Amino acid sequence: MSSAQSKRPGADAPDAVVSVMRDDGSLDPAHDPGLSDDDVKSLYRYLVQTRQLDERFVQLQRQGRIGFHVGSLGEEAAILGSAWAMRKNDWLFPCYREFGAALMRGLSLQTLCDNMFGNANDTVRGRQMPCHYTCRAVNWASISSPVGTQITHAVGTAWAAKIRREDSASLVYFGDGATSSSDFHSALNFAGVFRLPVVFLCRNNGWAISVPVERQTATRTFAEKALAYGIPGVRVDGNDLFAVVSVTQKALERGVRGEGPTLIEAITYRMGGHSTSDDPNRYRETEAVEAWAARDPIERVRSYLEKRGAWSDADQARLTAEIDQHFREAVAAAEKAPPPPLESMFDDVYAKVPWHLAEERAELLAGARPGTGHG
Amino acid sequence: MTTSNMVQAINDALRIAMRGDQRVVVLGEDVGKVGGVFRVTAGLQEEFGEERVIDTPLSENGIVGAAVGMALYGIVPVVEIQFADFIWPAYDQIVNELAKYRYRSGGEYSAKIVIRTPVGGGIRGGHYHSQHPEAAFIGVPGLKVVIPSNPYDAKGLLLASIRDPDPVIFFEPKRIYRAAKGEVPEGDYVVPLESASIVKSGRHVTVLAYGAMLYEALDAANKAAERGVDAEVIDLRTLWPLDINTVLESVKRTGRLVVVHEAPRTGGFGGELVTLVTERVFFHLEAPPVRVTGFDTPFPYTLEMEYLPLSHRILPAILSVARG
Repeated sequence: MSSAQSKRPGADAPDAVVSVMRDDGSLDPAHDPGLSDDDVKSLYRYLVQTRQLDERFVQLQRQGRIGFHVGSLGEEAAILGSAWAMRKNDWLFPCYREFGAALMRGLSLQTLCDNMFGNANDTVRGRQMPCHYTCRAVNWASISSPVGTQITHAVGTAWAAKIRREDSASLVYFGDGATSSSDFHSALNFAGVFRLPVVFLCRNNGWAISVPVERQTATRTFAEKALAYGIPGVRVDGNDLFAVVSVTQKALERGVRGEGPTLIEAITYRMGGHSTSDDPNRYRETEAVEAWAARDPIERVRSYLEKRGAWSDADQARLTAEIDQHFREAVAAAEKAPPPPLESMFDDVYAKVPWHLAEERAELLAGARPGTGHG
Repeated sequence: MTTSNMVQAINDALRIAMRGDQRVVVLGEDVGKVGGVFRVTAGLQEEFGEERVIDTPLSENGIVGAAVGMALYGIVPVVEIQFADFIWPAYDQIVNELAKYRYRSGGEYSAKIVIRTPVGGGIRGGHYHSQHPEAAFIGVPGLKVVIPSNPYDAKGLLLASIRDPDPVIFFEPKRIYRAAKGEVPEGDYVVPLESASIVKSGRHVTVLAYGAMLYEALDAANKAAERGVDAEVIDLRTLWPLDINTVLESVKRTGRLVVVHEAPRTGGFGGELVTLVTERVFFHLEAPPVRVTGFDTPFPYTLEMEYLPLSHRILPAILSVARG
């Protein structure tokens, strides 16, 4: 574990980490978000779905059926807990590990799978890599791969809502690596100056591909960077679902009251590689991974529910079977779908196809690559 | 009709756009209280308030990034980048985010922003206040690139740009901000994008120009006329997507082409213009086309008038192409 990560609950005040779940299964009333058992079960189902789909997508990639996957193994509570705290009219700006939250917000599994295959039914029409879906219906922004560029966008939506006197806040996800970007600086600075309702959710997962947090910052924590922008920074145990819900709700409420943005540092760990293109064994020891496995965010929720008699092995078996069933159906449909039509390459560059793209479209259609079935 | 300069005409366009559409906001460095370093946004904050005419912190990528978010929400931001030379911190946001948002979201979203920015030399501004970087934006799929040369077009093109569904980079030739004067109608009107203007008809050679260099091209054309060469001068007005028909029809008539721009020659828009013409109407050409441009050096301070492709450099090009 690295220094910027290692501060645990009970540490001195500036570094204090909010946690709610106690080892004995009870919740600390100081930060208990007051979730009902039904709420927790609903969240738990999404947590399990996210983990299970992650594993399945990696398998698909290893089988050569999809080109890429970027997952959220170990970070599910930080992602789903924070998304759960946001309201329907709020905006979410994903980094790229948040498909679980998108599904929870209302993205359909079929749409996600169509994106993974980049097929004709993909809502982004096969124009982006897997895991780069969009879902305007639930105020879910388009995913940008360059780290950090989405942070200023969340400032913009929150700003627009404020200008229009509409009750809408924004939450933006990014990793520890993105705090080094100029976009992070600009976004926190702008949001601080204009007191905008933005929740900046930094998933401190220990790594930016192969670079550990010590190489991103000389500060002891990421949350303390908030001080420089005149906004509050909060550290939370990102593997504690209840704590993540709680701090996000408070940050949201603060924004809605007109008190401005909050930076949340959710301390968690990237249990897998950066993506399917990465092999973490080349740059990190397995001990740290094992230590974090003992604090698995999903197991902790399961254990909580079981202790309350709200979850059983039978429930678990039923849930995982259901998830697999839906996954198989969605993948089968996605795999059967044809690629996007050739001419679609030229749509949406502009609102209307200009002359030069019309010419290039004709050029493509006249000489399609042999063997693609397009010719 | 009133006689206005470019600054007044652009200010007028912004005022009309903001009065007619509550979604339009103006943001940038110094655009509010002081009305912009060139005073283009003077008086707007008094009329529309601090929430719609916003003095931002000094960060171009922050300004454009936030504007992208505003546009996703449904606001129409008109961003001012104080000098085009300062636009580069925002280039990632412009190229990867703004220009691609519609495409990469399958048309679910679009990011409609106008970025206004003063360009060009001849104002004793040196390297950091004089560059003309249109080529870096013309080659970016998803962007439209506009540059007016006179007050009437400035107002009409800016109103058209604000109402166009696509993001627009709107270059304002600062050397003629106050020098170019003309009659400007008081009310609302647009000059359509993607339409070039034949400023001077001629039979012998086509001269393509835009922005401040249009006047140099016209001056050279008038001097050429004294020597019996009748040059046609076209103001491109929208650089991309180009009004290619007006260009090709002209070259088909004249058979000769001179392209003028301030930016460096290599990798400049002139190369693209010459290629488009030669690919399409090669057999109408009676002489090799010629580019008259800024040199492939950084923009110099003391020698800026030697760097710029002024009339005295355009005239010999017109004469040699016409007689070639």
